[in-house]
Amino acid sequence: MARAVTTRRKTINTVAAWAIGLLIFFPILWTILTSFKTEAQAINDPPLFLFFDWTLENYAVVQERSDYMRFLWNSVIIAGGSTVLGLIVAVPAAWSMAFVPSKRTKDILMWMLSTKMLPAVGVLYPIYLLFIEMGLLDTRIGLTIVLMLINLPIIVWMLYTYFKEIPGEILEAARMDGATLKEEILYILTPMAIPGIASTLLLNVILAWNEAFWTLNLTAAKAAPLTAFIASYSSPEGLFYAKLSAASTMAIAPILILGWFSQKQLVRGLTFGAVK
Amino acid sequence: MYLKNALCAATALTLITATSAFADTITIATVNNGDMIRMQGLADDFTKKTGHEVEWVTLEENVLRQRVTQDVAAKGGQFDIMTIGMYETPIWAANEWLVSLADLPASYDADDILPAMRAGLSHDGTLYAAPFYGESSMIMYRTDLMEKAGLTMPDAPTWSDVEAAAKAMTDKDNEIYGVCLRGKAGWGENMAFITTVANSFGARWFDENWKPQLDTPEWKAAVTFYNDLLNNYGPPGASTNGFNENLALFQQGKCGMWIDATVAASFVTNPNDSTVADSVGFALAPNKEGVDKRANWLWAWALAIPAGTQKEAAAKQFIEWATSKEYIELVASKEGWANVPPGARTSLYENPDYQKVPFAAMTLESINAANPDAPTVQPVPYVGIQYVAIPEWAGIGTAAGQEFSAMVAGQQTVEEALSKAQANTAEEMEAAGY
Amino acid sequence: MATQHSRSAARIMMAPAVILLLGWMLIPLTMTLVFSFKRYLPLRGGDLGWVGFENYVRFVSSSAFWPSVQTTLIIVGGVLVITIIFGILLSILLDQPMWGQGVVRILVIAPFFVMPTVSALVWKNMFMDPVNGLFAHLWKAFGAQPIEWLSDASLFSIILIVSWQWLPFATLILLTAIQSLDSEQLEAAEMDGAPPLSRFAYITLPHLSRAITIVLLIQTIFLLAIFAEIFVTTSGAFGTRTLTYLIYQRVLESQNVGLGSAGGVYAIILANIVAIFLMRIVGKNLDT
Repeated sequence: MARAVTTRRKTINTVAAWAIGLLIFFPILWTILTSFKTEAQAINDPPLFLFFDWTLENYAVVQERSDYMRFLWNSVIIAGGSTVLGLIVAVPAAWSMAFVPSKRTKDILMWMLSTKMLPAVGVLYPIYLLFIEMGLLDTRIGLTIVLMLINLPIIVWMLYTYFKEIPGEILEAARMDGATLKEEILYILTPMAIPGIASTLLLNVILAWNEAFWTLNLTAAKAAPLTAFIASYSSPEGLFYAKLSAASTMAIAPILILGWFSQKQLVRGLTFGAVK
Repeated sequence: MYLKNALCAATALTLITATSAFADTITIATVNNGDMIRMQGLADDFTKKTGHEVEWVTLEENVLRQRVTQDVAAKGGQFDIMTIGMYETPIWAANEWLVSLADLPASYDADDILPAMRAGLSHDGTLYAAPFYGESSMIMYRTDLMEKAGLTMPDAPTWSDVEAAAKAMTDKDNEIYGVCLRGKAGWGENMAFITTVANSFGARWFDENWKPQLDTPEWKAAVTFYNDLLNNYGPPGASTNGFNENLALFQQGKCGMWIDATVAASFVTNPNDSTVADSVGFALAPNKEGVDKRANWLWAWALAIPAGTQKEAAAKQFIEWATSKEYIELVASKEGWANVPPGARTSLYENPDYQKVPFAAMTLESINAANPDAPTVQPVPYVGIQYVAIPEWAGIGTAAGQEFSAMVAGQQTVEEALSKAQANTAEEMEAAGY
Repeated sequence: MATQHSRSAARIMMAPAVILLLGWMLIPLTMTLVFSFKRYLPLRGGDLGWVGFENYVRFVSSSAFWPSVQTTLIIVGGVLVITIIFGILLSILLDQPMWGQGVVRILVIAPFFVMPTVSALVWKNMFMDPVNGLFAHLWKAFGAQPIEWLSDASLFSIILIVSWQWLPFATLILLTAIQSLDSEQLEAAEMDGAPPLSRFAYITLPHLSRAITIVLLIQTIFLLAIFAEIFVTTSGAFGTRTLTYLIYQRVLESQNVGLGSAGGVYAIILANIVAIFLMRIVGKNLDT
């Protein structure tokens, strides 16, 4: 039953929410705006908002210095690959935890989460040596595996909480009708689980895309993703706000657009069992 | 399972690249300084001449240091050429991590490299890294502001001269600050500068028995002077300003003086980037009256080949190209003489075209005034002017840098900063087994 | 009822994930443990032999150790408090009827998509720079002396940057929880004349407790590991050196792998103390 809401109340809500929304979004907006200014306009006092000579010069400079498409492509492959690999491993695990729970299920889940607390800097040296040993340094495959592993606990957990909301009775009924395990997964579980999987996939892509420790330390030229791209702009000579903004915009734009288009899917599964 | 597949795929990939290419592709790790960015832009010339392709890994200075040190120490073999400095070269060469550059062809004319640079990049008399550009430090000052204040800057000023000039030029209402100095923590940032100030006040990092000396009166005098100068006449936020931040401030006309790397001269006099390009003067780094050492450092960004690379020949060819006289001429023909990489070759300073560049003479004089083998008034067991050439220095310098940075920010006194730095240095030296 | 058959099938399905994570945990952990008992200095020739507990003693007795633990806890705690309080307020606001709700939600979640490195760079240079930053302009416009954010208010600045990145996550999870709240219950309470504050305290907040613990757990896992934000903004100066950063300095700046590895072991212990503590709370909440 919807309550009657006065227009006045709705107006106040709208104004407050938009003000806060714009405030939170402002740093990103400002970065995008600055990327179209000249260096001198970027530090103008008072700051210029919309009325300046829009220019694409910064993007040209950044592109000339570093081949954006290559970094972008590496980011896509690594983020996408680690997500797919992660789902292949995590879906069966989460399924069995949710539908065939044992006494130890929760312990295993918590142990998995605790592996995420291993401080990366503490194990960098061992991992580096292992990567050399296996010839995985500066390869997309190596990075894909590492990112898959560091996000695996989160994926398993997210899928587990989602799967658990699927009523077990449906599965019981299917089993009574003589459905095999394979059929059970393929025809009953999968369609119901798709929203949860989609949302897990999105979250994992975002986490993998933005991971900046392993991606920077385990790559050189061939497998370097956008996190490495931005690492060459953190303090160039002299004035650089406009160029920094252009590089930043280029680094975050793909994931921002993906996130916006898919935010409904992302939000739907992003509950971690918070809703009962 | 995945691992095995991954390994197979990786091996297959290596095989393909190894057989299908006659010319090599070399991977170069470099820092995102202006001169190196320019080198990237000109690398087509190298490919045209030799057929070798170049892949760049361009990183910000701190990230670069961490990446290349990690890689060379663990023998990762990710890079065929690394951009390193005078600090790393002798240490790495002693560990046999670098390929000797003694066999470069006669046409390269290695004897043309400035003697100070060659000494700093050699180990046991053998060259292990070729200087791409070299620098000392000097005073860059605004001639127009000095004139307005009715002062003239001597060519070889003392710290009192600098303080007087800073006081006269400061005009905080108009956002003009008398002096900009490094305050950002880091062994290659504020500690480089503070160590040169200490040298010019007669202080030293260690005595002959490797005992840290930060508790001496010389250090206290030097750091107190630095702190007062920066707090009285420096820009706001000085404790987070490094080379790049100060460069931006100077280019915007907000600094009366800036004591920093000589390479900055070409950026502050470039009318495209600098609003004060026409009114910059240069002077030698100062000293304290009666102290026979000036506060100028010596540094080179150099190209070196890590031992164990498969592409040593191609890498050598690249170093030959990038640090040659021809490369300097190439840059001069495209960007003008003021923008060539400075401080590496004697012949550059004998070139009449280059002698017309306003900062050429002062740069050479500053480089020649620096002597890394005798950096201090009292004898020391180490080499290096603005650094101490031991493996532990990066850790020691950065930790000390953070204390001095907090001091500039007003979070602790000079005495507190010095005693904490002293304690930490002693801890680190003990951990290293001195 | 789970059959024997499905039990063993379940075990097989779980195996890859468990084995992979076990390997990912044990192999580097074992190597770290081995290194931590050695004098291991890559720049001085690498492995220089066993030294017993020397690295462990040295790491805790270093003057930097306790401050770094304290800094870690302040940053993690500060970000948690800010994101949860503002997350609750924001999610209640976003749950109200309004025009353009979808667009507002898009604006609010945007920071979650920004790389930590980028957000640190943007905040540091374009907002917090005391000369050219936007805050400096703002302060000057009101005739005030610009604040030197990253040196004078360093911890606060880092907490602010990290909170900005994590607020969207907290808000989203809390929002889904609020939307599942039975509105009739609230209406009934309103009819009974319960003031808004007590409606919030007795109905909304208890309903959110589960979501709050989840936010707490997930954020803590990520916040204990923050690195890029500190590396880019202060490099650990001005009292912002967390335990993670201290280990980074020992391993990579001083190139003392043995000492750093001992630090790594301490960090694992600290993380596990926090984890056990958290899982007590969350575990209770996850019982169904």
